[in-house]
Amino acid sequence: MSAPDEARQAPPVSARQLARRRRALAWRTNWRLFRRQRSGVVGLGILVVFLLTAVFAPLLAAPETIEVTQATGGVLEPPSSEFWLGTDDAGRSVLALCIWGARISLLVGLLATAISMVIGTLVGLTSGFFEGWVARVLYRLTEWVLVIPFLVLAIVLAAVLGRSLFTIVLVIGVTSWPSTALLIRSQTLSVKERPYLERAKALGAGRWHQMTRHVLPNVMPMVFANTTLTVSIAILTETTLSFLGLGDPTRVSWGSLLEDAFEVGAMTTGAWWYIIPPGVCVVLVVLAFNLVGQALEDLFNPRLREG
Amino acid sequence: MPPETAPELAPALLDIRGLSVAYQTSEGRLPALRGVDLLVRAGEVVGVAGESGCGKSTLASTVLRLQPKDAEVSGEVRVAGEDVLTMGWGKLRAVRWAEASIVFQGALHSLNPVQRVQHQIAEPILLHEPDVSEDQVVERVALLLEQVGLPRARSRSYPHQLSGGQRQRVMIAMALACRPSLIIADEPTTALDVMVQAQILDLLAGLVRDLGVGMLVISHDLAVLSDICDRVAVMYAGRVVEVGSAKQVFTDPQHPYAHALSDSFPHIGDLAARYAPAGLAGDPPDPRQLPDGCSFAPRCPRAADICRVAEPPLLELEGSRAAACVRVGEL
Repeated sequence: MSAPDEARQAPPVSARQLARRRRALAWRTNWRLFRRQRSGVVGLGILVVFLLTAVFAPLLAAPETIEVTQATGGVLEPPSSEFWLGTDDAGRSVLALCIWGARISLLVGLLATAISMVIGTLVGLTSGFFEGWVARVLYRLTEWVLVIPFLVLAIVLAAVLGRSLFTIVLVIGVTSWPSTALLIRSQTLSVKERPYLERAKALGAGRWHQMTRHVLPNVMPMVFANTTLTVSIAILTETTLSFLGLGDPTRVSWGSLLEDAFEVGAMTTGAWWYIIPPGVCVVLVVLAFNLVGQALEDLFNPRLREG
Repeated sequence: MPPETAPELAPALLDIRGLSVAYQTSEGRLPALRGVDLLVRAGEVVGVAGESGCGKSTLASTVLRLQPKDAEVSGEVRVAGEDVLTMGWGKLRAVRWAEASIVFQGALHSLNPVQRVQHQIAEPILLHEPDVSEDQVVERVALLLEQVGLPRARSRSYPHQLSGGQRQRVMIAMALACRPSLIIADEPTTALDVMVQAQILDLLAGLVRDLGVGMLVISHDLAVLSDICDRVAVMYAGRVVEVGSAKQVFTDPQHPYAHALSDSFPHIGDLAARYAPAGLAGDPPDPRQLPDGCSFAPRCPRAADICRVAEPPLLELEGSRAAACVRVGEL
């Protein structure tokens, strides 16, 4: 009875195994329900194609094909049987560039989203669950970051921290969490008042237990659905920052491709093959993430889900 | 029903003394409880009856110090001899559920919708006995389910897949999980239809008999209480106005409010009462502006001038019962 609280909070391995098995079953059920939504499946298909492209980029296009010094094509050649999507101003294959660009764009999008989600969920959960000054300060901080013009802050941070992939990820990550935090906070506030949390309190559960076992599982679907939307924002932001010349100059991303195309005047010279493919890639990936996000939101909305 | 003297020997599981609770509201201080004394002994079922707003749910939540943070509390609530209101946080968490557990009203909302029943019944076990192995937990949950009359397979269900009665059974199984010596049932049958209500009451009464635990049942339904309780306390405007054996309070109430409450339920065999159900005119007083003297006086059919002067104390009567009415002998 007088055992220390710390001992109570650590769940034994058995509980974890129980939870794992339960989760596996939940995943199977959810996958069955997900497949019913055609748009979500289409989005997932597009995503898988792009992910495979990014992962197997070295097999699809040899690394030297995007080296300016080893380019084999002419300047701004239109699409041909050798260069399916034409060449850029340095004679590199635009298709190869887009393939390699997928790596950076997806990497930045996913990493930045991960940062944004972790910060957003932590801040949202804490500021929603607790009621002291910490919660109030966190809430004000969230609002404060939210009202700072996003692009300006991103440009300033990118300029101060220097142009690198890491900077871009960090900049997008630390500027895009407030909307997630607000969303999670409002959901937490609503879950917190449910009677099963009072029951948990009566069971002798501490705050940590209440938060991780009852509140978090109930806001998690929201986090997942929000993740896919944030990924698309992150990819767009990466494109924007690269287009503005704030990206990593040593790496090729869809945004930097668009910037290069703009700089060499591809628009005025009619070299559409240089502009459209990276643009289409961005649009397709963003669209795919949104489709998956919507499907997940429907999936996790208990009112739309049948027993 | 056990004889009057039997429970006197058993140790006190719950001993509430002079408990007062007040809430701060935007319209002023609201006293929810005003000096309540209550005793629950091992193996005894004590009922608390009263209409909405009389403080019975506040009483239930105070037993495990679950009242809102801003509530002003004074008095003593001793669970197994220790005062819940002053004990340390770690100690309090240990007492919660292991010593005393609650069967909440509204089982649907008291169960987490995204967790299986098994996980939720196991929750107090994992919290209070972290060394128990997974197999043992699964087995104990299955036994608990059988104890409350549900098949083992139900442990795989989510709350929304169960009926109201089944959910209430799950709540009872959860209350038994850590083998507490005291169970608080807060309106355990309110949301259920009459047939299921009878089943749940039978179940609760049976468990108390088999396990020898003490139980505090909170209900507005005097008929429910008279069914399963040994003793009943009737509350009005934050005070206990009558306490005695369930049979006495139901069939021979001394306090005029208990009388009115008892009359508002049909007695089997009493045809006259069936055709002319008695009610009680008026509404309970606003707790922020209680009348001078007896708080029941404005609605009391027997109120005299003296009733409007001072609030009568709980007077001991013969047969180990008590009532808070100055005119108790004149009925």
